[in-house]
Amino acid sequence: MMEALVEFNWMRIPWALLTVFIVFNYGFLMTALIQKIAARVGRRHGIPIWQNYIDLIKNYALRTSITHGVMFYLGPVFRLSGGVGLLLFVPTIYGSDMFSNFSFAGDLILALYFVFFGTLGMALGAAESGHPYSAIGITRGLSQMTAAELPFALAVFAVALQYQTLSITDIVAAQQGGVLNWTLFTNPFAVAAAMMSFLGSMMRPPFDVVLAPQEIPIGPPTEYHSSFLAMMQTNRALFPIAKIVVYMNLFFGGAASWPVLFLKVFLIYMVSAFVGVVFPRFRVEQSIRWFLIWAVPLGILAVVLV
Amino acid sequence: MKEELLKRIVKTPDGQEIEVDPLLDYYCQEGPTVQPPAYTAIIEKLFNWARSESLWILGFGTGCGAIEMRPLMTPRFDAYRYGIQWRPTPRQSNLFVISGYLSTKTLKRVIRSYEQMQGPKYVVGLGSCTINGGMYWDSYNTIKRLDDYLPVDVYIAGCMPRPEALLAGFEELKKIIRAGKAEGANLYAKNFEWYKANQKSVIHDWDMPDYNW
Repeated sequence: MMEALVEFNWMRIPWALLTVFIVFNYGFLMTALIQKIAARVGRRHGIPIWQNYIDLIKNYALRTSITHGVMFYLGPVFRLSGGVGLLLFVPTIYGSDMFSNFSFAGDLILALYFVFFGTLGMALGAAESGHPYSAIGITRGLSQMTAAELPFALAVFAVALQYQTLSITDIVAAQQGGVLNWTLFTNPFAVAAAMMSFLGSMMRPPFDVVLAPQEIPIGPPTEYHSSFLAMMQTNRALFPIAKIVVYMNLFFGGAASWPVLFLKVFLIYMVSAFVGVVFPRFRVEQSIRWFLIWAVPLGILAVVLV
Repeated sequence: MKEELLKRIVKTPDGQEIEVDPLLDYYCQEGPTVQPPAYTAIIEKLFNWARSESLWILGFGTGCGAIEMRPLMTPRFDAYRYGIQWRPTPRQSNLFVISGYLSTKTLKRVIRSYEQMQGPKYVVGLGSCTINGGMYWDSYNTIKRLDDYLPVDVYIAGCMPRPEALLAGFEELKKIIRAGKAEGANLYAKNFEWYKANQKSVIHDWDMPDYNW
């Protein structure tokens, strides 16, 4: 026990916090940029690029806030810990001691767990807010997430089988040495299944019926405001990036430096943005059917072929 | 008063008889209190700047003026450029645009929504109807002066004002917020009795708590 404490490199903690800080700022700027791009599709200019920061300060600056109980408090906390936890346990920069964070031999399994963690926490918090729209939104969210997780889990199994490891660092290492070594080319079916699941977890059309702004006023976070909402905003910047970092590591060769990471994350995010501005919204049963019919067989195929 | 809000005796599944008073049991009876600004002037200035640059409008159109708000989202006017966004829930919005005439029936819902918003919150009266009743000045079921019922920060005159006028009004509101003068929520808390008396004088079927948390 003591030896483990002595051996532990304490400098990893500030480096991991720095990772969170960089990703937080990048996430805020990038989501604003994506919103601007979506606005340009509608021939608008859209929000200023720093709008997210102002909204965050504004939400923290609200003078009153009300609560519905303990779980209502913990909902955003769970959500944020889902995002931060996911980020902390996967290596962000391949081959870097500083930004490998707390990755370890079995981190792939932990990452899979953390992807789902925030939604579950949110379900508890939103349920206690007592708003019917929150309950509807969470029901839709959980059913859709469950369907979307299936192909992703299959793809992850395929990748783990293919490289015979559960360590994300080893998976990235196996993809080095040229674009053609990426899982994208060595196991295209797994990547296709995972990217379909990716669309489903990004809360963008056609899979944004969970929030459905015009139908069930924004769903789960209906009752959330002020600093609760600010925490969830922070997570909305962190979590997609953390998730994309996992995707990038598993399927697109990882990143050896921050600029490469920024570029790859932006491009992967743009996939969902592109699909989002073109396609209309699915209902829940449509999206579940879509995942089961199109994405799951691809995942099974990937596992079988491996 | 609606039947489900009356005090009554209810029998529980296991045969117990309990008394239920919905207004007391299900709602908080606490009134609003005056909220002081932040600790130091410089932080309050930063907060006021952030509040002015991030106006979240409650998506609740009360009268015909609501139609003038929609073009603001379109490419022609694009209010998002100025930090103005629409929110579907009162919890998250901090700007209430009373768009045009307000019937007493709608006033009840407006009060509920306004009180559910978290302070500091702002009210913009859009159109002549909110100022003096406008073309409905002698109507039996619309209110004439919005300021009697809710603390209004900015009026935008006209029947109807164009979307440009709305944008100009929002810019005016931003100046007021930045100057630290948009204290409508505190004004409401301070003169709570007066506002409630005015509201109850026109809303005859008052079946909600005095303050909707």
